[in-house]
Amino acid sequence: MQEEDFVTIRVSVNGETHRLVVEPRRLLADVLRDDLGYTGTNLGCEHGACGSCTVLVDGQSVRSCLMFAVQANGHEVMTVEGLAHNGAMHPLQQAFWEKQGLQCGFCTPGFLMTAYELLQHNPNPSEEEIRDALSGNICRCTGYQHIIEAVQSAAQSMASSASVPSGTGA
Amino acid sequence: MKPPKFRYFAPKSVGEALALLAEHADVARVLAGGQSLVPLMNMRLVHPDVLIDINGIAELSFIKAWDGGLAIGALTRDATLTSDRKLAERLPVLNEAAHCVGHPAIRNRSTVGGSIAHADPAAELPAVMVALNAEFVARSSSGSRTISAQDFFKGYLTTDLKEGEMLTELRIPGLPPRSGNAFVEFSRREGDYALAGVAAVITLDASDAIADARLGLCSVGPAPVRPQDAEALLRGQRPGNEAWAAAATAVVSVLDEPLSDIHGSADYRRHLAEVLTKQALAAAAERAERNR
Repeated sequence: MQEEDFVTIRVSVNGETHRLVVEPRRLLADVLRDDLGYTGTNLGCEHGACGSCTVLVDGQSVRSCLMFAVQANGHEVMTVEGLAHNGAMHPLQQAFWEKQGLQCGFCTPGFLMTAYELLQHNPNPSEEEIRDALSGNICRCTGYQHIIEAVQSAAQSMASSASVPSGTGA
Repeated sequence: MKPPKFRYFAPKSVGEALALLAEHADVARVLAGGQSLVPLMNMRLVHPDVLIDINGIAELSFIKAWDGGLAIGALTRDATLTSDRKLAERLPVLNEAAHCVGHPAIRNRSTVGGSIAHADPAAELPAVMVALNAEFVARSSSGSRTISAQDFFKGYLTTDLKEGEMLTELRIPGLPPRSGNAFVEFSRREGDYALAGVAAVITLDASDAIADARLGLCSVGPAPVRPQDAEALLRGQRPGNEAWAAAATAVVSVLDEPLSDIHGSADYRRHLAEVLTKQALAAAAERAERNR
């Protein structure tokens, strides 16, 4: 291949800046996983239907299978690895654990990032708002009820804690 | 499920993008939000040699006043339409339709211009634009022209855009006082493509009769449907269930053969078109009455 087939990009992931060379056709999800080792982001359907590869770009949830890594050049990405702080789980992760908001766990990173964005904008969402926000994420195990409860529980614990952890990447 | 190789350009201005389009017209695709194009590329149903990424063109993202109406930049995200409160007051039809597009993570990327240029018959915004009598600005390296929404949509994924042209702006004419508008659709699950959707715009006269009514339907034909017979029936009528029912019957009579698939039969889509037409008209009329 010729040199022009590759592009040098700078991407911040969870606060850490990476400089790397990618082919334009590489999806953000693949570059996160294979080039940078952020394997918490799972690829399900690879055409934007399942939501499992959801990450935040500049604080907004996106399907990382529907974005090319070159498009993240100069932007800030946050993956599920950015949620925990100094080894302590984020309240959302804690709530998913306590409320059994996951079984096999494959879809969980996508749910966590989507719920994280929701709670950033709407710290006290109604059940309907939670369901609306999570409508683009598919889970084959839980039947969703426990996921809804986990998000409600996380919202409560985040509201009652004095300092609201915001993750490292956003 | 990985896209094939392409050459990538990320122009910073419309002029730069148009020059690239002119140079690579027959092998290039414009990448806006990518929420339809990238899945097609991942599945290798589309394989452009050249991708022109317009996401870095700030001048394409705006909502501003235009000639009593509104001009919207092609790169405006659906998430912007759903969160713009001023827009929601004036044109709830846009707000409601944008909320029906996919899910939050889709709407954070998907663009108004992308939905229109892609022209999926199930997409909401094309039907809304038809009902609003919108016009679109298409630019190329040799000039620009405006195309009415009515003339723009030619059929399944087919538009009036020519090689080397790019959709840059949507223009929505202002509505008279005492106008109301609404969008309703039915889909199996939140965020799915609609089995049918209806945009309605109604203007009342001083005596509370219907001065003007416009409709746009999605997902019931190869392109957005504008049932002008139904609109003509409504003019001069009193708003109410009788008028809505007559219009809805007229709407169904002009639907040739809606898609029949595992999600719904053609008959079912016709039924939905009838029910949703009544709902959209009633909602638009109620808003028109409030907009004194």
